[in-house]
Amino acid sequence: MEELDVEPAITNIPAASDGKHLGFAWGPGDILAYETLYMAPGSGCSFIHEVRKDEDIYSPILRKLFNESHHIFVGLQTIREDLPSKNKKTQFVSISKNYRSVIRACMEELQQVAVSTKVAEVATQYGNQVSILLAIELIWNLCEVLFIDAAPAGPLLLHLLDWVRLHKGDVDEKAREVLQSESPAEHHDYWDVVVSYVLQGRFEEARQMLVKQATLQPAARNMYKLMDTLLSKMPFYNPGGTQTLTEFDVKWRHWHEEVDRCLQDNSFASNQHLEIICKILVGDEDTLLEHKELLSTWYHFLVTRLLFCHPTVKPTELHYYAQSCMTMFLDLRSVPEPLDSILLAAFEFDIHQVIKDCSIALNNWWFVAHLTDLLDHCKLLQSHNLHFGSNLREFLLLEYASGLFTHHSLWQLAVDYFDNCPEFGHVYLELQIERVPLDTERKALKVLRICEQRQMSEQVRSICKIMAMRALRNNRLGSALSWSIRAKDAAFATLISERFLQDYCARGTFSDLDLIDNLGPAMLLSDRLTFLVKYREFHKLYEENRFSEAAKLLLSLITAKIAPRSFWMTLLTDALPLLEQKEVIFSADQTHELMFCLEELTSSLNTTAPGTDRTMQVRISSCTQTCNRLQIKILRCKSAITIAMRKGKNAPGF
Amino acid sequence: MESVNAKYVSQKISKTRWRPVSHSSLQQPDIFATGSWDNEDNKISFWSIGNHGSSGMDEGFEGDPQLLCEHKHDGDVLDLQFLDQDRIVTTSSTGAVTIFRHHQNSQTISVSQRWPRVHRYPCDNAPCTGVVCSSPEIVTVGEDGKIIVFRADQEGVIRVIENADSSTIHAVTYLRTTEILTCILYLDDVLLPLHCVDRHPNQQHIVATGGQDGMLCVWDVRQGSTPFSLMEAHSAEMWEVHFHPTNPDHLFTCSEDGSLLHWETSTHSDMPSFLQGGRNNSMISRSAMAPAGGNQSLISTWLSGDSSKGRLETTHMLPSQTLSVNSLDVLGQCLVCGTDGEAIFVNRQVPV
Repeated sequence: MEELDVEPAITNIPAASDGKHLGFAWGPGDILAYETLYMAPGSGCSFIHEVRKDEDIYSPILRKLFNESHHIFVGLQTIREDLPSKNKKTQFVSISKNYRSVIRACMEELQQVAVSTKVAEVATQYGNQVSILLAIELIWNLCEVLFIDAAPAGPLLLHLLDWVRLHKGDVDEKAREVLQSESPAEHHDYWDVVVSYVLQGRFEEARQMLVKQATLQPAARNMYKLMDTLLSKMPFYNPGGTQTLTEFDVKWRHWHEEVDRCLQDNSFASNQHLEIICKILVGDEDTLLEHKELLSTWYHFLVTRLLFCHPTVKPTELHYYAQSCMTMFLDLRSVPEPLDSILLAAFEFDIHQVIKDCSIALNNWWFVAHLTDLLDHCKLLQSHNLHFGSNLREFLLLEYASGLFTHHSLWQLAVDYFDNCPEFGHVYLELQIERVPLDTERKALKVLRICEQRQMSEQVRSICKIMAMRALRNNRLGSALSWSIRAKDAAFATLISERFLQDYCARGTFSDLDLIDNLGPAMLLSDRLTFLVKYREFHKLYEENRFSEAAKLLLSLITAKIAPRSFWMTLLTDALPLLEQKEVIFSADQTHELMFCLEELTSSLNTTAPGTDRTMQVRISSCTQTCNRLQIKILRCKSAITIAMRKGKNAPGF
Repeated sequence: MESVNAKYVSQKISKTRWRPVSHSSLQQPDIFATGSWDNEDNKISFWSIGNHGSSGMDEGFEGDPQLLCEHKHDGDVLDLQFLDQDRIVTTSSTGAVTIFRHHQNSQTISVSQRWPRVHRYPCDNAPCTGVVCSSPEIVTVGEDGKIIVFRADQEGVIRVIENADSSTIHAVTYLRTTEILTCILYLDDVLLPLHCVDRHPNQQHIVATGGQDGMLCVWDVRQGSTPFSLMEAHSAEMWEVHFHPTNPDHLFTCSEDGSLLHWETSTHSDMPSFLQGGRNNSMISRSAMAPAGGNQSLISTWLSGDSSKGRLETTHMLPSQTLSVNSLDVLGQCLVCGTDGEAIFVNRQVPV
């Protein structure tokens, strides 16, 4: 194994006492730990602790995230391969936005609960989840801008500006506060708001705010007018327009020089705030760094710096600026947080590093699985063979889906994920689906449907067997039979037919006539079952007084030898009433066959070992008696037929 | 499809039912109840779609259903019915039958009555799979093959029909006030369990069923044991079938394959107009029904239909690729359904 990327996290098990040894066992998504008596004698502890890494799947609000993103995921897989790449790109971008809006919706709901709850623990827990989701959305948005949308120089900066604006919501809040005050221009946050607007490139709003200040200081009107002009004339690249990047660059340089000139002329020297704004517009790094609080993050600093120094930045140049901005912004002593290194990796276009760092930092595979899947569809991942044989996308999806399978409810979602892992998905599904607990028939039917649709016949058989055994244990023979028919399990069907027959022997009647009467071709599943159905048919025919048909059927049952041996006696005994009828029902051939069977049976009885116990002997002797009676009857029948033949009458069977 | 929105509710929905509205009022239904399944803690919940004073709302307004209140439920909710305006009966996978009362003023739910473990095996609980009620009488069926009759206000069980079948009884409905129809198996070559049954609201001998293979069958219970018509509806188990209560030319089915179909028969041209449905006409049409064997045009089109004759139209009502739709209910112009994707869909403009 290679060296570890990070130190393993330590989890304390609060209920376990000090100094004890802990044993453990791995589960699919968790570890079971228990105290052992390995060393010192002492009383044992009867608790088992379940240590779970991923709590998120049990959060009711985050569940919506899993469900909605599943819906989006399934939709993504069905995008046709043969679309032209431009159309596909817009679709991928819109899918990416879908995912992000789902994250945002979840975030808002979590935030609402975190704010309104009275329980402190819940508030902190939800608050943490909100910040994690914020970070996730930030990263996803950046990946969308850089990788999926893959904007070239020009639009790239505009997208990055949007990205920063979206994730710095407090400016609008502050602005609202200022504007709602009695005299906005004298509010203590006023200049902060103006500078923040400028830093984000929101010049329209900045100008509107400045107007309020300008009206308060008529003496400085010219200065404000100058600033207003400068702000209004800053060129922004228009992607849909006819201007080329070079033309834009020229225009921008002109403007930049003009601003620089204003600075050199000391046009704003008398007003400290306007001077600061001018310096920002010219891209002075020191001034920007003085406003760290307003910028609050190094990536905001990065985008602002690019806006005012290199608006035509190319994607490949990003990482130089990113690295230097991060170094300039952050304290030399502070350790970069995981989020920072992830974003830096993104600016360096190192997708694999981004995915890897996210996998380590987050405790749930949701984010990396979905993002990687989307990037894979955009054909951005090189086929990166892992030691485990499958590619990165499949590995992450399998991990995510396996985690889902441990959830008592979300396992249904995991099925679709496994379906879309071509190499190992099927195998994983086969292993996992059998472990879903089946409390009700309805759930079993759903699981069965999943298995049948994917031709997992082993699993179908195993599930049906479980349900059939359960039914059998509760004496629901009809239910058990229908389960074994569904599984096409001949052996089990035989077992159940035997039970039916035993029931009949014990009680003298059949149960579940509806089922047996209506099996149709399903009765051919097993010999025993066929026998059962035909035997029941015989009884029906007898009750309807259709004796000759009944006789024919009975005889075929005897001669076909599909009856169990133990039943032969019963069958022959059933022939008795037919033989005792006034009319002769059996034909000569039929009586021959009857005799033959009877002789076979008698000989087998006689060869029974002498050491058999008393009850067996009693049975055997009663059987022999019945056999003798039968013999007499058959002989009588035969003679009746012979007489009839001699008299020339029509005897049955001719 | 614009009027259909998904609301994700963090629980797999096994049953949804509209609260009944009184016949005389023209109100659209506004409250529905749902039951969940497969959770560690299952719940029943009441939701509102805010249809009060709906005439004053804008055309385009489609609010999400709002949760009014919820209550813990022991075991999966396998069936749920409204007993009256305030009470629902639920059946559970633990074999219990419970009546819950919804207190509208305080928006709380309390357990009004409970019969634990009425459906059971000698050594185990048996899930209770279906319930039908006609207040105050309640009839339940279960995997143990028993049919049990209760009264809402009495403690004990009124009557138990043991061993009604050795297989699981999946569904039950009232045929007449004194007869019930239970749903187990049917065959056409292959033995297949039936999962759901619904009776035509006006013509009580007509019954529609849905089965494990997704076939929709329409039967005439007076005539024998083969269905009148068989239609291929879905590619997987059909979980629920419902005739529209006031406009029975419309039928709705939902299935494990994730689709919800709306079936519409075209009516005979010579059918009198007052029989062609519409909310306020339901009372008139019942009393005006001539006895069977009379007027030919009164025989339901369901009995004569087979889809190849082109008299049947079906439309999908949900966006594709949802997980199994477990339950649906339709009342007036509103349709609600719940899925295994933990989503509820409400459609307020069903074209009936």
